Amino acid sequence: MTSPPSDSRPRLLDGVMLLALAAVAGAVARILAFTPYEVHQGAAQKIYYIHVPAAMSAYLALGVVAAMSIVYLWLHDERSDRLAESAAEVSFVFTTVVLVTGPLWARPIWNTWWSWDARLNLTLFLWFVTAAYLVLRGAIEQDAMRARYSAVLGVLAALLVPFIHLSVYLFRTMHPMPIVLKPSEPSLPREMLTTFLIASLAFLFFGVALIRARYRLTPLFRSSAGGGNA
Amino acid sequence: MQVSPPSLLKAAWIIARKDLAVELRTRSAFLSVLVFTLLGLATFYFAWDPTVVSAADLAPGVLWVTFTFAGLLGLHRSFGMEAQDRAIDALLVAPVEREAIYLGKALANFVFVGTVLCAALPALVLFYNLPPASALAALAPIALLASIGLVSVGTLFSSMAVNTRLAELLLPMLSLPFFVPIVMASSQASTRLLAGRPLAEAMPWIKILIAFDLVFVVACTVAFPHTLEE
Repeated sequence: MTSPPSDSRPRLLDGVMLLALAAVAGAVARILAFTPYEVHQGAAQKIYYIHVPAAMSAYLALGVVAAMSIVYLWLHDERSDRLAESAAEVSFVFTTVVLVTGPLWARPIWNTWWSWDARLNLTLFLWFVTAAYLVLRGAIEQDAMRARYSAVLGVLAALLVPFIHLSVYLFRTMHPMPIVLKPSEPSLPREMLTTFLIASLAFLFFGVALIRARYRLTPLFRSSAGGGNA
Repeated sequence: MQVSPPSLLKAAWIIARKDLAVELRTRSAFLSVLVFTLLGLATFYFAWDPTVVSAADLAPGVLWVTFTFAGLLGLHRSFGMEAQDRAIDALLVAPVEREAIYLGKALANFVFVGTVLCAALPALVLFYNLPPASALAALAPIALLASIGLVSVGTLFSSMAVNTRLAELLLPMLSLPFFVPIVMASSQASTRLLAGRPLAEAMPWIKILIAFDLVFVVACTVAFPHTLEE
Protein backbone atom coordinates (compact mmCIF):
# COMPACT_ATOMS: atom_id res chain seq x y z
CA MET A 1 0.00 0.00 0.00
CA THR A 2 1.42 3.38 -0.95
CA SER A 3 -0.07 6.62 0.21
CA PRO A 4 -1.17 9.03 -2.49
CA PRO A 5 0.82 12.21 -3.06
CA SER A 6 -0.44 14.77 -0.59
CA ASP A 7 -1.41 17.40 -3.16
CA SER A 8 -3.87 15.19 -5.09
CA ARG A 9 -7.14 14.43 -3.36
CA PRO A 10 -7.81 10.65 -3.42
CA ARG A 11 -10.89 9.79 -5.45
CA LEU A 12 -13.27 6.87 -5.10
CA LEU A 13 -13.60 6.22 -8.84
CA ASP A 14 -10.03 5.91 -10.01
CA GLY A 15 -8.63 3.48 -12.58
CA VAL A 16 -8.45 0.48 -10.26
CA MET A 17 -12.01 0.91 -9.05
CA LEU A 18 -13.37 1.38 -12.58
CA LEU A 19 -11.54 -1.76 -13.69
CA ALA A 20 -12.96 -3.70 -10.72
CA LEU A 21 -16.49 -2.48 -11.46
CA ALA A 22 -16.05 -3.48 -15.11
CA ALA A 23 -14.87 -6.94 -14.01
CA VAL A 24 -17.93 -7.40 -11.77
CA ALA A 25 -20.24 -6.15 -14.53
CA GLY A 26 -18.64 -8.58 -16.95
CA ALA A 27 -18.99 -11.46 -14.53
CA VAL A 28 -22.66 -10.62 -13.90
CA ALA A 29 -23.30 -10.43 -17.65
CA ARG A 30 -21.75 -13.84 -18.11
CA ILE A 31 -23.74 -15.27 -15.18
CA LEU A 32 -27.03 -13.94 -16.55
CA ALA A 33 -26.71 -14.39 -20.30
CA PHE A 34 -23.90 -16.77 -21.12
CA THR A 35 -24.18 -19.53 -18.51
CA PRO A 36 -26.72 -22.36 -18.96
CA TYR A 37 -29.43 -23.04 -16.39
CA GLU A 38 -28.68 -25.87 -13.99
CA VAL A 39 -31.10 -28.68 -14.81
CA HIS A 40 -32.49 -29.26 -11.28
CA GLN A 41 -32.25 -25.84 -9.65
CA GLY A 42 -33.01 -23.60 -12.60
CA ALA A 43 -32.42 -19.88 -12.23
CA ALA A 44 -31.86 -20.08 -8.46
CA GLN A 45 -28.54 -21.81 -8.99
CA LYS A 46 -27.11 -18.64 -10.50
CA ILE A 47 -27.06 -17.08 -7.03
CA TYR A 48 -24.20 -19.48 -6.39
CA TYR A 49 -21.91 -17.41 -8.64
CA ILE A 50 -22.49 -14.36 -6.43
CA HIS A 51 -22.83 -16.09 -3.07
CA VAL A 52 -19.61 -18.10 -3.00
CA PRO A 53 -17.33 -15.42 -4.51
CA ALA A 54 -18.75 -12.90 -2.01
CA ALA A 55 -17.95 -15.34 0.81
CA MET A 56 -14.40 -15.72 -0.49
CA SER A 57 -13.90 -11.95 -0.54
CA ALA A 58 -15.39 -11.66 2.95
CA TYR A 59 -13.01 -14.27 4.34
CA LEU A 60 -10.05 -12.67 2.55
CA ALA A 61 -10.92 -9.31 4.10
CA LEU A 62 -11.30 -10.88 7.56
CA GLY A 63 -7.86 -12.42 7.14
CA VAL A 64 -6.51 -8.94 6.44
CA VAL A 65 -8.18 -7.61 9.63
CA ALA A 66 -6.62 -10.36 11.76
CA ALA A 67 -3.18 -10.00 10.19
CA MET A 68 -3.20 -6.19 10.45
CA SER A 69 -4.35 -6.39 14.09
CA ILE A 70 -1.31 -8.49 14.94
CA VAL A 71 0.93 -6.12 12.99
CA TYR A 72 -0.52 -3.14 14.86
CA LEU A 73 0.03 -4.63 18.32
CA TRP A 74 3.57 -5.45 17.28
CA LEU A 75 4.71 -2.32 15.41
CA HIS A 76 2.09 0.28 16.44
CA ASP A 77 2.01 1.49 12.84
CA GLU A 78 -1.03 3.68 12.16
CA ARG A 79 -1.25 2.40 8.57
CA SER A 80 -1.91 -1.19 9.67
CA ASP A 81 -4.82 0.05 11.79
CA ARG A 82 -6.21 1.97 8.85
CA LEU A 83 -5.93 -1.10 6.62
CA ALA A 84 -7.64 -3.27 9.25
CA GLU A 85 -10.48 -0.76 9.49
CA SER A 86 -10.92 -0.67 5.70
CA ALA A 87 -10.88 -4.45 5.42
CA ALA A 88 -13.39 -4.83 8.29
CA GLU A 89 -15.91 -2.54 6.60
CA VAL A 90 -15.53 -4.32 3.26
CA SER A 91 -15.81 -7.71 4.96
CA PHE A 92 -19.00 -6.59 6.67
CA VAL A 93 -20.55 -5.65 3.32
CA PHE A 94 -19.56 -8.92 1.64
CA THR A 95 -20.72 -11.03 4.61
CA THR A 96 -24.05 -9.21 4.43
CA VAL A 97 -24.25 -10.11 0.72
CA VAL A 98 -23.58 -13.76 1.65
CA LEU A 99 -26.26 -13.73 4.36
CA VAL A 100 -28.82 -12.14 2.02
CA THR A 101 -28.17 -14.26 -1.07
CA GLY A 102 -28.03 -17.49 0.97
CA PRO A 103 -31.70 -17.48 2.10
CA LEU A 104 -32.82 -16.33 -1.38
CA TRP A 105 -31.26 -19.50 -2.78
CA ALA A 106 -32.27 -21.72 0.12
CA ARG A 107 -36.01 -20.91 -0.08
CA PRO A 108 -36.63 -22.65 -3.45
CA ILE A 109 -33.90 -25.30 -3.06
CA TRP A 110 -34.01 -26.27 0.63
CA ASN A 111 -37.61 -25.21 1.00
CA THR A 112 -36.64 -23.03 3.96
CA TRP A 113 -35.17 -19.55 4.32
CA TRP A 114 -32.82 -20.50 7.10
CA SER A 115 -31.34 -23.69 8.42
CA TRP A 116 -29.02 -23.97 11.41
CA ASP A 117 -26.35 -25.47 9.26
CA ALA A 118 -22.73 -25.26 10.37
CA ARG A 119 -21.61 -22.94 7.61
CA LEU A 120 -24.55 -20.60 8.10
CA ASN A 121 -23.81 -20.38 11.80
CA LEU A 122 -20.15 -19.62 11.27
CA THR A 123 -20.94 -16.88 8.76
CA LEU A 124 -23.64 -15.41 10.99
CA PHE A 125 -21.34 -15.22 14.02
CA LEU A 126 -18.51 -13.76 11.95
CA TRP A 127 -20.98 -11.11 10.86
CA PHE A 128 -21.78 -10.37 14.53
CA VAL A 129 -18.10 -10.14 15.44
CA THR A 130 -17.43 -7.79 12.52
CA ALA A 131 -20.39 -5.65 13.55
CA ALA A 132 -19.06 -5.48 17.12
CA TYR A 133 -15.63 -4.52 15.75
CA LEU A 134 -17.11 -1.62 13.77
CA VAL A 135 -19.29 -0.44 16.65
CA LEU A 136 -16.27 -0.55 18.97
CA ARG A 137 -14.33 1.63 16.53
CA GLY A 138 -17.19 4.08 16.36
CA ALA A 139 -17.40 4.34 20.15
CA ILE A 140 -13.82 5.54 20.72
CA GLU A 141 -12.72 9.04 19.83
CA GLN A 142 -9.02 8.89 20.58
CA ASP A 143 -7.07 7.49 17.61
CA ALA A 144 -4.37 5.55 19.45
CA MET A 145 -6.85 3.96 21.86
CA ARG A 146 -9.21 3.05 19.02
CA ALA A 147 -6.36 1.39 17.18
CA ARG A 148 -5.18 -0.58 20.23
CA TYR A 149 -8.66 -1.73 21.28
CA SER A 150 -9.70 -2.82 17.83
CA ALA A 151 -6.41 -4.65 17.31
CA VAL A 152 -7.00 -6.55 20.56
CA LEU A 153 -10.50 -7.46 19.39
CA GLY A 154 -9.17 -8.43 15.96
CA VAL A 155 -6.63 -10.84 17.43
CA LEU A 156 -9.11 -12.37 19.89
CA ALA A 157 -11.68 -12.79 17.10
CA ALA A 158 -9.11 -14.68 15.05
CA LEU A 159 -8.67 -17.02 18.04
CA LEU A 160 -12.44 -17.35 18.37
CA VAL A 161 -13.07 -18.54 14.80
CA PRO A 162 -11.72 -22.10 15.31
CA PHE A 163 -13.89 -22.50 18.41
CA ILE A 164 -17.08 -21.39 16.67
CA HIS A 165 -16.13 -23.56 13.69
CA LEU A 166 -15.60 -26.59 15.94
CA SER A 167 -18.79 -26.10 17.96
CA VAL A 168 -21.09 -25.54 14.99
CA TYR A 169 -19.76 -28.63 13.20
CA LEU A 170 -20.06 -30.75 16.33
CA PHE A 171 -23.56 -29.38 16.82
CA ARG A 172 -24.64 -30.33 13.34
CA THR A 173 -23.07 -33.76 13.17
CA MET A 174 -24.77 -34.76 16.40
CA HIS A 175 -28.17 -33.63 15.17
CA PRO A 176 -29.38 -35.35 12.02
CA MET A 177 -30.62 -32.80 9.50
CA PRO A 178 -32.70 -33.06 6.35
CA ILE A 179 -30.40 -34.13 3.55
CA VAL A 180 -29.76 -30.80 1.90
CA LEU A 181 -26.44 -30.53 0.21
CA LYS A 182 -24.93 -27.85 -1.94
CA PRO A 183 -23.82 -28.95 -5.40
CA SER A 184 -20.24 -30.05 -5.03
CA GLU A 185 -17.83 -27.82 -6.89
CA PRO A 186 -15.75 -30.40 -8.77
CA SER A 187 -18.84 -31.85 -10.47
CA LEU A 188 -19.61 -28.50 -12.06
CA PRO A 189 -19.72 -28.60 -15.89
CA ARG A 190 -16.97 -26.69 -17.65
CA GLU A 191 -19.11 -23.69 -18.65
CA MET A 192 -20.39 -23.20 -15.11
CA LEU A 193 -16.93 -23.71 -13.64
CA THR A 194 -15.57 -20.98 -15.94
CA THR A 195 -18.33 -18.61 -14.87
CA PHE A 196 -17.63 -19.43 -11.24
CA LEU A 197 -13.91 -18.77 -11.62
CA ILE A 198 -14.52 -15.51 -13.49
CA ALA A 199 -16.99 -14.36 -10.83
CA SER A 200 -14.59 -15.34 -8.04
CA LEU A 201 -11.72 -13.38 -9.54
CA ALA A 202 -13.98 -10.41 -10.25
CA PHE A 203 -15.28 -10.36 -6.67
CA LEU A 204 -11.84 -10.77 -5.12
CA PHE A 205 -10.55 -7.94 -7.29
CA PHE A 206 -13.58 -5.82 -6.38
CA GLY A 207 -12.95 -6.56 -2.69
CA VAL A 208 -9.32 -5.52 -2.95
CA ALA A 209 -10.34 -2.38 -4.86
CA LEU A 210 -12.87 -1.46 -2.16
CA ILE A 211 -10.35 -1.99 0.65
CA ARG A 212 -7.83 0.09 -1.28
CA ALA A 213 -10.34 2.88 -1.88
CA ARG A 214 -11.46 2.90 1.75
CA TYR A 215 -7.84 2.95 2.89
CA ARG A 216 -6.97 5.88 0.67
CA LEU A 217 -10.09 7.83 1.61
CA THR A 218 -9.61 7.41 5.37
CA PRO A 219 -8.04 10.88 5.85
CA LEU A 220 -11.20 12.42 4.36
CA PHE A 221 -13.42 10.42 6.74
CA ARG A 222 -11.32 11.51 9.71
CA SER A 223 -11.22 15.19 8.77
CA SER A 224 -14.95 15.34 8.10
CA ALA A 225 -15.63 13.65 11.44
CA GLY A 226 -13.50 16.36 13.04
CA GLY A 227 -12.75 14.45 16.25
CA GLY A 228 -9.51 12.75 15.20
CA ASN A 229 -6.10 13.95 16.22
CA ALA A 230 -4.12 11.94 13.69
CA MET B 1 12.65 -0.89 55.73
CA GLN B 2 12.81 -1.75 52.04
CA VAL B 3 9.60 -3.27 50.74
CA SER B 4 9.97 -5.26 47.51
CA PRO B 5 7.04 -5.28 45.09
CA PRO B 6 4.87 -8.41 45.33
CA SER B 7 5.15 -11.24 42.82
CA LEU B 8 2.63 -11.55 39.96
CA LEU B 9 0.30 -13.98 41.71
CA LYS B 10 0.62 -12.27 45.08
CA ALA B 11 -0.27 -8.94 43.50
CA ALA B 12 -3.21 -10.52 41.69
CA TRP B 13 -4.46 -11.96 44.95
CA ILE B 14 -4.23 -8.56 46.68
CA ILE B 15 -6.24 -6.90 43.89
CA ALA B 16 -8.83 -9.68 43.94
CA ARG B 17 -9.17 -9.29 47.73
CA LYS B 18 -9.68 -5.56 47.33
CA ASP B 19 -12.50 -6.08 44.82
CA LEU B 20 -14.13 -8.77 46.93
CA ALA B 21 -13.89 -6.62 50.06
CA VAL B 22 -15.65 -3.75 48.26
CA GLU B 23 -18.33 -6.17 47.09
CA LEU B 24 -18.71 -7.76 50.50
CA ARG B 25 -19.22 -4.37 52.16
CA THR B 26 -21.66 -2.96 49.62
CA ARG B 27 -23.28 -6.18 48.34
CA SER B 28 -24.96 -4.05 45.68
CA ALA B 29 -23.97 -6.01 42.58
CA PHE B 30 -24.17 -9.43 44.14
CA LEU B 31 -27.76 -9.16 45.27
CA SER B 32 -29.00 -7.70 41.99
CA VAL B 33 -27.17 -10.30 39.90
CA LEU B 34 -28.42 -13.09 42.15
CA VAL B 35 -32.03 -11.93 41.90
CA PHE B 36 -31.62 -11.45 38.14
CA THR B 37 -30.41 -15.05 37.82
CA LEU B 38 -33.27 -16.48 39.89
CA LEU B 39 -35.76 -14.37 37.93
CA GLY B 40 -34.28 -15.60 34.68
CA LEU B 41 -34.52 -19.24 35.71
CA ALA B 42 -38.13 -18.80 36.80
CA THR B 43 -39.26 -16.65 33.85
CA PHE B 44 -37.86 -18.93 31.15
CA TYR B 45 -39.98 -21.77 32.48
CA PHE B 46 -43.08 -20.01 31.17
CA ALA B 47 -41.61 -19.40 27.72
CA TRP B 48 -42.22 -23.01 26.68
CA ASP B 49 -45.23 -25.30 26.64
CA PRO B 50 -44.49 -27.76 29.50
CA THR B 51 -46.65 -30.44 27.86
CA VAL B 52 -44.39 -30.44 24.80
CA VAL B 53 -40.92 -29.86 26.25
CA SER B 54 -40.17 -31.52 29.58
CA ALA B 55 -38.66 -29.34 32.30
CA ALA B 56 -35.54 -31.51 32.43
CA ASP B 57 -34.89 -30.96 28.71
CA LEU B 58 -35.38 -27.24 29.14
CA ALA B 59 -33.17 -26.79 32.20
CA PRO B 60 -29.65 -26.81 30.68
CA GLY B 61 -30.44 -24.24 28.00
CA VAL B 62 -32.18 -21.96 30.48
CA LEU B 63 -29.30 -22.23 32.94
CA TRP B 64 -26.53 -21.33 30.48
CA VAL B 65 -28.36 -18.52 28.75
CA THR B 66 -29.33 -16.96 32.08
CA PHE B 67 -25.81 -17.50 33.43
CA THR B 68 -24.31 -15.68 30.44
CA PHE B 69 -26.54 -12.63 30.77
CA ALA B 70 -26.13 -12.50 34.54
CA GLY B 71 -22.37 -12.74 34.05
CA LEU B 72 -22.47 -9.64 31.84
CA LEU B 73 -24.18 -7.66 34.61
CA GLY B 74 -21.47 -8.59 37.10
CA LEU B 75 -18.59 -8.13 34.68
CA HIS B 76 -19.43 -4.55 33.81
CA ARG B 77 -19.07 -3.66 37.47
CA SER B 78 -15.48 -4.94 37.48
CA PHE B 79 -13.94 -1.98 35.68
CA GLY B 80 -16.99 0.25 35.98
CA MET B 81 -16.13 0.85 39.63
CA GLU B 82 -12.52 1.74 38.72
CA ALA B 83 -13.74 4.38 36.28
CA GLN B 84 -15.43 6.27 39.11
CA ASP B 85 -13.13 9.05 40.32
CA ARG B 86 -10.48 7.46 38.06
CA ALA B 87 -9.66 4.89 40.71
CA ILE B 88 -7.91 2.92 37.97
CA ASP B 89 -5.03 5.44 38.13
CA ALA B 90 -4.17 4.22 41.63
CA LEU B 91 -3.95 0.66 40.32
CA LEU B 92 -1.80 1.76 37.40
CA VAL B 93 0.78 3.56 39.57
CA ALA B 94 0.98 0.63 41.98
CA PRO B 95 4.27 -1.27 41.66
CA VAL B 96 2.64 -4.33 40.11
CA GLU B 97 2.67 -5.75 36.61
CA ARG B 98 -0.28 -4.95 34.35
CA GLU B 99 -0.98 -8.65 34.00
CA ALA B 100 -1.47 -8.85 37.76
CA ILE B 101 -4.28 -6.30 37.53
CA TYR B 102 -6.03 -8.46 34.94
CA LEU B 103 -5.53 -11.70 36.86
CA GLY B 104 -6.72 -10.09 40.10
CA LYS B 105 -9.82 -8.64 38.46
CA ALA B 106 -10.54 -11.95 36.74
CA LEU B 107 -10.10 -13.87 39.99
CA ALA B 108 -12.53 -11.57 41.80
CA ASN B 109 -15.03 -11.94 38.95
CA PHE B 110 -14.61 -15.70 39.07
CA VAL B 111 -15.42 -15.79 42.80
CA PHE B 112 -18.38 -13.48 42.13
CA VAL B 113 -19.80 -15.59 39.30
CA GLY B 114 -19.08 -18.81 41.21
CA THR B 115 -20.98 -17.56 44.24
CA VAL B 116 -23.97 -16.68 42.08
CA LEU B 117 -23.83 -20.18 40.57
CA CYS B 118 -23.75 -21.75 44.04
CA ALA B 119 -27.22 -20.31 44.53
CA ALA B 120 -28.40 -20.74 40.93
CA LEU B 121 -27.69 -24.44 40.58
CA PRO B 122 -29.81 -25.54 43.57
CA ALA B 123 -32.55 -23.17 42.38
CA LEU B 124 -32.46 -24.80 38.95
CA VAL B 125 -32.71 -28.27 40.54
CA LEU B 126 -35.69 -27.06 42.55
CA PHE B 127 -37.57 -25.23 39.77
CA TYR B 128 -37.02 -27.87 37.08
CA ASN B 129 -37.43 -30.96 39.28
CA LEU B 130 -34.00 -32.41 38.57
CA PRO B 131 -32.61 -35.30 40.67
CA PRO B 132 -30.48 -33.25 43.15
CA ALA B 133 -27.35 -35.37 43.61
CA SER B 134 -26.75 -36.47 40.03
CA ALA B 135 -27.75 -33.10 38.53
CA LEU B 136 -25.38 -31.13 40.76
CA ALA B 137 -22.57 -33.63 40.15
CA ALA B 138 -23.04 -33.20 36.39
CA LEU B 139 -23.50 -29.42 36.36
CA ALA B 140 -20.83 -28.31 38.86
CA PRO B 141 -17.74 -29.27 36.80
CA ILE B 142 -19.26 -27.78 33.64
CA ALA B 143 -20.12 -24.62 35.58
CA LEU B 144 -16.51 -24.38 36.71
CA LEU B 145 -15.17 -24.61 33.15
CA ALA B 146 -17.82 -22.26 31.74
CA SER B 147 -17.11 -19.65 34.45
CA ILE B 148 -13.38 -19.59 33.69
CA GLY B 149 -14.06 -18.95 29.99
CA LEU B 150 -16.75 -16.35 30.62
CA VAL B 151 -14.68 -14.44 33.15
CA SER B 152 -11.44 -14.50 31.13
CA VAL B 153 -13.01 -12.88 28.07
CA GLY B 154 -15.52 -10.74 29.99
CA THR B 155 -12.94 -9.15 32.27
CA LEU B 156 -10.85 -8.00 29.31
CA PHE B 157 -13.86 -6.59 27.46
CA SER B 158 -15.08 -4.90 30.64
CA SER B 159 -11.84 -2.93 30.80
CA MET B 160 -12.26 -1.95 27.15
CA ALA B 161 -15.97 -1.16 27.18
CA VAL B 162 -15.74 1.16 30.18
CA ASN B 163 -13.46 3.55 28.25
CA THR B 164 -15.76 3.88 25.24
CA ARG B 165 -18.62 6.28 24.63
CA LEU B 166 -21.13 3.42 24.85
CA ALA B 167 -19.73 2.00 28.13
CA GLU B 168 -21.90 -0.83 29.43
CA LEU B 169 -23.96 -0.96 26.22
CA LEU B 170 -20.93 -2.20 24.32
CA LEU B 171 -20.05 -5.06 26.68
CA PRO B 172 -22.78 -7.50 25.54
CA MET B 173 -22.07 -6.79 21.89
CA LEU B 174 -18.37 -7.51 22.34
CA SER B 175 -18.78 -10.48 24.67
CA LEU B 176 -21.75 -12.47 23.41
CA PRO B 177 -20.16 -13.73 20.16
CA PHE B 178 -17.30 -14.98 22.33
CA PHE B 179 -19.73 -16.66 24.73
CA VAL B 180 -21.34 -18.64 21.89
CA PRO B 181 -18.93 -21.59 22.10
CA ILE B 182 -19.28 -21.55 25.92
CA VAL B 183 -23.09 -21.58 25.90
CA MET B 184 -23.18 -24.19 23.16
CA ALA B 185 -20.64 -26.53 24.74
CA SER B 186 -22.04 -26.18 28.28
CA SER B 187 -25.63 -26.74 27.16
CA GLN B 188 -24.83 -29.70 24.94
CA ALA B 189 -22.60 -31.35 27.55
CA SER B 190 -25.05 -30.87 30.41
CA THR B 191 -28.05 -31.99 28.32
CA ARG B 192 -26.30 -35.29 27.71
CA LEU B 193 -25.17 -35.77 31.29
CA LEU B 194 -28.58 -34.85 32.74
CA ALA B 195 -30.21 -37.36 30.37
CA GLY B 196 -27.96 -40.06 31.84
CA ARG B 197 -25.91 -40.52 28.68
CA PRO B 198 -22.35 -41.82 29.13
CA LEU B 199 -19.59 -39.29 29.79
CA ALA B 200 -17.94 -40.13 26.46
CA GLU B 201 -20.85 -38.47 24.63
CA ALA B 202 -20.31 -35.20 26.47
CA MET B 203 -16.53 -35.31 26.24
CA PRO B 204 -16.12 -33.56 22.85
CA TRP B 205 -18.03 -30.57 24.26
CA ILE B 206 -16.10 -30.61 27.54
CA LYS B 207 -12.86 -30.65 25.56
CA ILE B 208 -13.99 -27.53 23.67
CA LEU B 209 -14.62 -25.82 27.03
CA ILE B 210 -11.19 -26.79 28.37
CA ALA B 211 -9.45 -25.63 25.19
CA PHE B 212 -11.41 -22.36 25.22
CA ASP B 213 -10.37 -21.69 28.82
CA LEU B 214 -6.70 -22.40 28.15
CA VAL B 215 -6.53 -20.29 24.99
CA PHE B 216 -8.44 -17.28 26.28
CA VAL B 217 -6.95 -17.09 29.78
CA VAL B 218 -3.51 -16.86 28.19
CA ALA B 219 -4.56 -14.63 25.26
CA CYS B 220 -6.50 -12.17 27.43
CA THR B 221 -3.71 -11.94 30.01
CA VAL B 222 -1.26 -11.09 27.25
CA ALA B 223 -3.69 -8.68 25.54
CA PHE B 224 -4.78 -6.83 28.67
CA PRO B 225 -1.84 -4.38 28.97
CA HIS B 226 -2.76 -3.08 25.51
CA THR B 227 -6.14 -1.93 26.82
CA LEU B 228 -4.58 0.37 29.42
CA GLU B 229 -3.24 3.83 28.83
CA GLU B 230 0.50 3.86 28.24
